[in-house]
Amino acid sequence: MRAAGIDIGSRTVKVAVMENGRLAAHRVAYNSHDPIEVCRGLLDGIAYDALFATGYGRHLFKQYWPCTLVTEIKAVAVGSRFFAPVVRAVLDVGGQDTKAVALDARGAVAKFEMNDKCAAGTGRFLEIMATALAYSMEDFAGAASQSAAEQKVSPMCTVFAESEVVSLVARGVPRDGLAAGLHRTVAQRVAAMLRRVPVEGDVVFCGGVALNACLRRLIEQELGFRLVVPDQPQLIAAVGGALLAAASNGQTAG
Amino acid sequence: LEFITADHQGNAMPATDYRPMWTELGLDLAKHDALLGVLGKVYRDYFLSQKERPKGMDYFNFVISEVHGLRIKELLDARKAGRKVIGSFCLYVPEELIVAVNGISVGLCSGADFGMEQAERYLPRNTCALIKSFFGFTLEKVCPFIAACDMIVGENTCDGKKKAYETFGTLVPQLYVMDLPQMKSDAGRALLAAEYLRFLRDLEKLSGITVTPDLLAKAIETVNRKRAALHRLAALRRADPTPISGLDALLINQVAFYDDPARFTASVNALCNELEKRVAARQGVAPKGTPRLLVSGCPMAVPNWKLPMIVERSGAVIVGEESCVGERGSQNLTDTRGASVEALLGNIVDRYFKIDCAIFTPNASRLEHVRTMARSYNADGVLHYCLQFCTPYQMEAIPMERALEQDQVPVLRIDTDYSQEDVEQIRTRVEAFVERLKDGA
Repeated sequence: MRAAGIDIGSRTVKVAVMENGRLAAHRVAYNSHDPIEVCRGLLDGIAYDALFATGYGRHLFKQYWPCTLVTEIKAVAVGSRFFAPVVRAVLDVGGQDTKAVALDARGAVAKFEMNDKCAAGTGRFLEIMATALAYSMEDFAGAASQSAAEQKVSPMCTVFAESEVVSLVARGVPRDGLAAGLHRTVAQRVAAMLRRVPVEGDVVFCGGVALNACLRRLIEQELGFRLVVPDQPQLIAAVGGALLAAASNGQTAG
Repeated sequence: LEFITADHQGNAMPATDYRPMWTELGLDLAKHDALLGVLGKVYRDYFLSQKERPKGMDYFNFVISEVHGLRIKELLDARKAGRKVIGSFCLYVPEELIVAVNGISVGLCSGADFGMEQAERYLPRNTCALIKSFFGFTLEKVCPFIAACDMIVGENTCDGKKKAYETFGTLVPQLYVMDLPQMKSDAGRALLAAEYLRFLRDLEKLSGITVTPDLLAKAIETVNRKRAALHRLAALRRADPTPISGLDALLINQVAFYDDPARFTASVNALCNELEKRVAARQGVAPKGTPRLLVSGCPMAVPNWKLPMIVERSGAVIVGEESCVGERGSQNLTDTRGASVEALLGNIVDRYFKIDCAIFTPNASRLEHVRTMARSYNADGVLHYCLQFCTPYQMEAIPMERALEQDQVPVLRIDTDYSQEDVEQIRTRVEAFVERLKDGA
């Protein structure tokens, strides 16, 4: 049986197909103003017997495709166990949401925390700040890693942080130091969220932002332990959806 | 509101033109039309679309459809007959005293995202939505209740309200401010007793009626009957399947603040008769075994129905509210025994002094109440609901969550305001919470 999961996120849409217990296919595309069209393109030519949808666009998606819905929170819990069977917590930093999820010994969600409306501590925050400093995302993380003089930035909301950055630039503060300071505020915020859920064992770091090596290192510094980062961390929720689809025996409902 | 064309007894209702009345009250008709338009649409979408609704809810549909119409006309007719209309924003304003002087008590708390920009000319942006909303309603001239009041009682609960009343008094000349204690000490009780006595004397002056033991005892009985009806309704929600939705139960608790107490009591009891039959027949609004949630936290004033709507469309059902608009407000009857006004007033003070609002410190009985409710309503989890910038409840949320999770009662904290822009984010959290309850069961 081919079981598929689709994760319609704010920045990217991800599809994963599981067959015989292994990841048989996967695709990632940038989301747009027309998520349905993006999903259509992404699913084109993909065969599956059961489909689960997750991500913020899941309810819209269900109006167009027969599928079962699952929240990103449960999807990342299930997906993480595939890559790290003993995982007991997941830190998922995506485009507009950050989640900390604690799992019980069986892998079920025991507790979770999510950011409020505010974008601080999400991928969107890093994007806005990179733009404010005229960096590409890759160069932004690279500059932050190599900076010798981290500039402290107060971890307020995105709008306040942006104006603080603008005024620090106007005072002549080097932008690599600001890049480092901004990564630090995100790391602190994310680590604080993780501390609000019980953590007893391995922690998986996933979501598109887990690709940022500088942030990963800073979060590990804040927490005082290593994070498990899967090869394709942005795929975890889609894989979780596909695993749930596989367990559903092809019954798509709900 | 035009979605109801017959009253609750099925008699056709001719469309009444209330515009002359609203004009006379000084309302801004264009803005008021816009408000009622939104309210009608939301009510249809949230309430009338529900499945397996009890027939007894027809009365409450009718009340909401006439909330700015017939009810206001009733208030104005009563005023013409010499009765006084007293508006308030809080449970601590004792309805018994208002009823004892033949007055009419109406709740003024507003739950709509309306006139917020206007409100922010007078209030800091980081003020809670409830305070901004009653400023917005006043400034935009869309609240006929405020306009119909002879006296508006503000009370010193949280810092936000206490300071906001200083400015509010410049907008509504009939504002009266009641002080409240912050600790459940002897001195605190003495302050409450002194303020209730002062309020009683001022009500006597306003109405020209001198309160006798008989008048006060009768008023206590009237309000007790209303609360007893709400207790009866609450007890019926212990059944699984639950016979009434959380949305409808919240609506009834909201209407309790606006409606004539005797008519309201009769309507709730009639509904309860129907619900008893449902429970006996194991008939409910959601299948047996549907996850059952308790809501605890800040009040939800009309038309703040956002969270229960999301919850009950996410595969769960709400079975109780530990809230001002719910059991925090309705629990405990007032002792009717006492031969003098002083003795009866003492009973009233005793009853209100037990309300476990987060403005009190410490406030341990609130956590105990939530624990008791979670057990007695067989709740699978608790949603802790806070309005953004409501420091007292936000402060209590953290230790409450810790204590309940230690008791193995799952908790989800939701902080929000009256806007609709975070509906999808809240929905994700609530759905994930429901998944957690189902997978953990």
